[in-house]
Amino acid sequence: MSAPFALDAAVARRGGAEVLRGVSLEGRAGEVLGVLGANGAGKTTLLRTALGLQRLQAGAARLDGRDVRTLSEPARAALAAYLPQERRVGWNLPAWRVASLGAPHRPPAQARAAAEAALERVGLGALAARGVLDMSGGERGRVLLARLLAAGAPLILADEPAAGLDPDAQLLALGLLREEAARGACVVLTLHDLSLAARACDRVAVLAEGRLLADAPPREALSEEVLAAAFHLDARIEDTSAGPVVAARRRRSGG
Amino acid sequence: MTAFRLNVMLALVLLALVAAGLWLGETRLGMEGFRLAFADPASAQGQIVWSIRAPRTLAAAVVGAALGLAGAVMQGLLRNPLADPGVLGVSGGAGLGAALAISSGLGAVAGAVEGAALVAALLTGATLTALAARFREPETLILFGVALSAFTGALTSLVFNFSPSPVTLAEVFSWLLGSVANRDWSDIGRELLPMTVGAGLCVYAAQGLVMLSLGEEAAAVSGLPMARLRAAAVAGASLLTGAAVAMAGIVGFVGLAAPHLVRAGAGADPGRVLAPSALAGASLLVAADLAARLIPTDLELKLGVVTALFGAPLFAMIAWRAARSWRG
Repeated sequence: MSAPFALDAAVARRGGAEVLRGVSLEGRAGEVLGVLGANGAGKTTLLRTALGLQRLQAGAARLDGRDVRTLSEPARAALAAYLPQERRVGWNLPAWRVASLGAPHRPPAQARAAAEAALERVGLGALAARGVLDMSGGERGRVLLARLLAAGAPLILADEPAAGLDPDAQLLALGLLREEAARGACVVLTLHDLSLAARACDRVAVLAEGRLLADAPPREALSEEVLAAAFHLDARIEDTSAGPVVAARRRRSGG
Repeated sequence: MTAFRLNVMLALVLLALVAAGLWLGETRLGMEGFRLAFADPASAQGQIVWSIRAPRTLAAAVVGAALGLAGAVMQGLLRNPLADPGVLGVSGGAGLGAALAISSGLGAVAGAVEGAALVAALLTGATLTALAARFREPETLILFGVALSAFTGALTSLVFNFSPSPVTLAEVFSWLLGSVANRDWSDIGRELLPMTVGAGLCVYAAQGLVMLSLGEEAAAVSGLPMARLRAAAVAGASLLTGAAVAMAGIVGFVGLAAPHLVRAGAGADPGRVLAPSALAGASLLVAADLAARLIPTDLELKLGVVTALFGAPLFAMIAWRAARSWRG
């Protein structure tokens, strides 16, 4: 079986600068893969590259073993669903309508049923008819997460699914993505909260300046050396009753 | 309100206005006159109803529907409640085509001015469609549209500048103000094909418009052929606008106001706004043409003047009420 997604020595440029500098990474079915790194490390570009939204200078991007550039739009959508960082919605559509856009090829009644089921999962079943612009930013974020779930794709790429959510909703969102992995999907997400990443991910890929510094289970990947190199932090993982926590403080220059 | 009921309601309003368009005019016909007009289309009364009022009213309805639909498509495509058919510069292009035709003495040739307007609109539309396929961001398209508008506007001014006589100048100016007076059946027939094709493209693009509510990136990987749908939206709106300008000159505000007028009933879904916007646009323009006919002035009011005169304050009121639902 082919990997749900694979990058092979991918090199990508944005605005004249190299953002990915030869990254090779594969996703596996049934796992949650966290992509971590400081701002500008190339996390979003990595997701966009995997989807074929970003042109490659060198290397290759494959979905389910097939070059992403050769896939038709419906074929690509059947293989991968994407939650971009952009959370704005252009019109005041009801929540169920936004969630149903995750399944545009299904008959309307089925798409609506999938949307309403997904809204139940994100805890917004009661607000299915409310306009998304009449909601708080966090609620809107959950509606967009419901759209991602309604797609039911074998590969889920979520760019900062926890952004803008309160702590409880963050855990809910990551729990739902874990459920998707449990049904066999490959879930790839970017996160800024290292403790959350250590708890939610089976494996983490750490990027720094477009290069892959580590690709291993969180405990291995988030070593003191990697955290220092990728985030300029003095940090280490500590175990607590609620799971691992990354304790960190800023590095003093020259320290 | 369901979409179906809204459309039926709007269709009934349109029918009533079209009936009024046949009934009312400078000459009072009365019941007896109407009976004659229906019994004998060749009679004087029949001539008034079938050769003057009917084509004029139908032209207003068709142009209004085209502009309403084009406006709804542009607002959906650009995710911008301020967009209208003019924003892409297609109206400007059509206006330039007409101005060139009139100033080169083609004003007396039947259909020449309208043909020139349509060809110019198609050229502008094709340029934009090509650009829309290359650039995804709505902002880019708006900027190109503004540039095209300004450029075609400047060229139209140049035509004014080099205009051989004040008579030609007045003719061009009068044409640009917009009117459906003195339209005959052949004027409508000529634009029917581009309008039908344009409307078909817009209907095809509707599924893409709602997906674009999520932003370019999410739409790009949604599984819909977004590049094709975007091109269809631009080409469709351009065809509709170009044909509308060719038939009636430049008529503002209908394309901008019609989608806002129906959103309260149709909901925000940019795909579902299309049909009611077309119906509302048709009603607005038939009503505006009635006002142009019935308001007693020495010279008949121009349609474009009426729509702007009544449309602007009306639109400000709609905008006031709708502002809340535009953006979060």
